[in-house]
Amino acid sequence: MEGNTIEVDIKVPNKTRYLSLIGRIGEDIARELERYSGDKETLAYHLNLVLTEAMVNAIKHAGPKEPEKLVRIVISIHTDDLTIRVYDDGQGFDINAIPAPNFDELEDRGRGIFLIRSLMDSVCYRKNCRENILEMKKKLT
Amino acid sequence: MNLASETRNDVVIIYVKEERLDAHNSTELKSAVQKLFEDGKKNVLVDLKDVRFIDSSGLGALVSGFKNAISHQGNLKLSSLQSQVKSMFELTRLHRVFEIFPSTVEAIENFQS
Repeated sequence: MEGNTIEVDIKVPNKTRYLSLIGRIGEDIARELERYSGDKETLAYHLNLVLTEAMVNAIKHAGPKEPEKLVRIVISIHTDDLTIRVYDDGQGFDINAIPAPNFDELEDRGRGIFLIRSLMDSVCYRKNCRENILEMKKKLT
Repeated sequence: MNLASETRNDVVIIYVKEERLDAHNSTELKSAVQKLFEDGKKNVLVDLKDVRFIDSSGLGALVSGFKNAISHQGNLKLSSLQSQVKSMFELTRLHRVFEIFPSTVEAIENFQS
């Protein structure tokens, strides 16, 4: 991918059947990054995973069920800075209150945010006047 | 979800015939494994050869199956993990929990031993 900037702004219905579509877009972006010197296939998996986990999170926190409800995902790259924002209009949650998984206890759930935190450089969840935004950043060097 | 199964040497092998094991389809795998243990099966092998991608829900479904195995005095093992999938087990430390084998043949030998 030549040039320094790319921005993809997508809206999909808040249904898990669209996870693979969103994940694939992340993979395709990773494979096209000409400037990236790391392993592109690993980055492709990681972007697929963080997009999948973030979208599941948005679906879980979405507001009252309406058939036409959409999840908005914005993926932007400026030079070596990757930012992914996922928007939901639900109640929101305190990301800092989510503990890391207890590796000695076998829980079925609770690894999603941990995976995002492990694979991205920074993660925050904030609220503007209309919606919540899960923002994840990674330096692509 | 596309699951195939066969029984070899008293081991039920479930082949996950999907490229992705994620929040969209993992509940079906969880239910299928649960049913096997409830029906009295003791040895279950989940083969992930076709799975190229797993997320936290997919991992969670396998953890659920593992706990089901324990509560029914059974065993659940895994085989044929692709390298990226395996790295997710390592990242979440689940490679210490599951017995993971390179192939179904090696897994079945282990069940017999």
